[in-house]
Amino acid sequence: MVEYIPLIILIGLALFLGLLLTNLSALAGPLRPNRIKYSPYESGMDPVGTARDRFSVKFYLVAMFFILFDIELVFMYPWATQYKQLNEMGPFGFIEMLVFVVILFVGFIYLLKKGGLKWD
Amino acid sequence: MEFVLTDRLILIGISLFTLITVAAYTVYAERKVCALIQQRVGPNRVGPLGLLQPLADVIKLLLKEDIVPQYANRFLHFLAPVISVTLALTGLAVLPFAKDLHIADVNIGVLYVLAVGSIAVYGVTISGWSSNSKYALLGGLRSSAQMVSYELSMGLAVISVVLLTNHYFEGTEYLRLSSIVDAQNGVWNVFRNPLGFLIFTVCAFAEANRAPFDLAEAEQELVGGFHTEYSSMKFANFFLAEYIHVIMGSAMITTLFFGGYLLPFESAIMGMGVEEGSMTLMFLQIGSFLTKTFIFMFVFIWVRWTLPRFKYNQLMNIGWKWFLPLSILNIMVLAGILLFL
Repeated sequence: MVEYIPLIILIGLALFLGLLLTNLSALAGPLRPNRIKYSPYESGMDPVGTARDRFSVKFYLVAMFFILFDIELVFMYPWATQYKQLNEMGPFGFIEMLVFVVILFVGFIYLLKKGGLKWD
Repeated sequence: MEFVLTDRLILIGISLFTLITVAAYTVYAERKVCALIQQRVGPNRVGPLGLLQPLADVIKLLLKEDIVPQYANRFLHFLAPVISVTLALTGLAVLPFAKDLHIADVNIGVLYVLAVGSIAVYGVTISGWSSNSKYALLGGLRSSAQMVSYELSMGLAVISVVLLTNHYFEGTEYLRLSSIVDAQNGVWNVFRNPLGFLIFTVCAFAEANRAPFDLAEAEQELVGGFHTEYSSMKFANFFLAEYIHVIMGSAMITTLFFGGYLLPFESAIMGMGVEEGSMTLMFLQIGSFLTKTFIFMFVFIWVRWTLPRFKYNQLMNIGWKWFLPLSILNIMVLAGILLFL
């Protein structure tokens, strides 16, 4: 556990640096408020509508697929760290992961055929 | 190396300072290399050869007005650059710079790097959403979708490295970065797992939001992407974070695939009278690590000024339809080969 002490110190220091850098300009820079300067950027025009508009549902889908596949990925880490040990008595570890990957691929192909990843 | 807190503190200080300085000079290097590629001269006014340019840039940005747009969510708008720069800096902790020279060589080093990289998505997403501007929102959405997509293949490429470490390392902690480096003694992972190296490198480009994957800030269509509404040092923070990601990406490629601090032609160098555990060897190893990292940083810059940007659908297609199956296949083929070794 003692290894984590410098890690935590570094994170603390990085957070301090981040806060410091972000605040520096507010302290050192000028402050000349102006309504036009403070309006959202829209190529010099007056903003039309709101930025809190609806956006493509595709982004939401990508986030969901990411979570699904990321969980599969997490399953593979313990397997990879014990691969040699799993294969001491024949190729058990290999076949086990092969079955898992085949099931994963069936799902992946279903996803492709359904058009879940279609962007154009 | 036994644990001495003061040593580690000194190392933290030195490495943080080095990282930030190198990041500032990467900006300079980028401008110089880009100028070379485009047959221009590049920055040459501030100091000899323009070497003081980064300093001038920082001072200029420091003295600019800190603008928060009218409709922005003030707290989140402030938080996003803090998250970006903090997370970019923390990845440094687990890198082994030389044998037994590291800030914190925890036994889950690889997972830590991936985790820090994942949280970095929040900096981009929050900045895009909180600005309450259309360009920023689109840029933030695009780049968060891009980053999570490529994170999958990156994680899978790392798994192939863990497999190799599990096979070649004589120990038990296979996720430790120094174990991964040790396992490459003799043959570097890039020769055992070239496809994994390619996948990891491309994903590192995508994670750093660098061209050809810089959709997040595609200037011609999105102005500045997620940091459109940022000015002064807050803008500089995103810039700093991007360049630190370039450095960290290069350092990770070096550690995972190019033997980290290991010296090329080690036996020849050891034959010249360098002793095991001596200061000379340590500095040689640091030099080896930094040289490899700098080479990859150059590749990052080189690629940016050579390749055109992808379209967004191309980007997502490559990530999901090519890299994801390919990296899983790479793991299975590698696992199959390792059965017979």
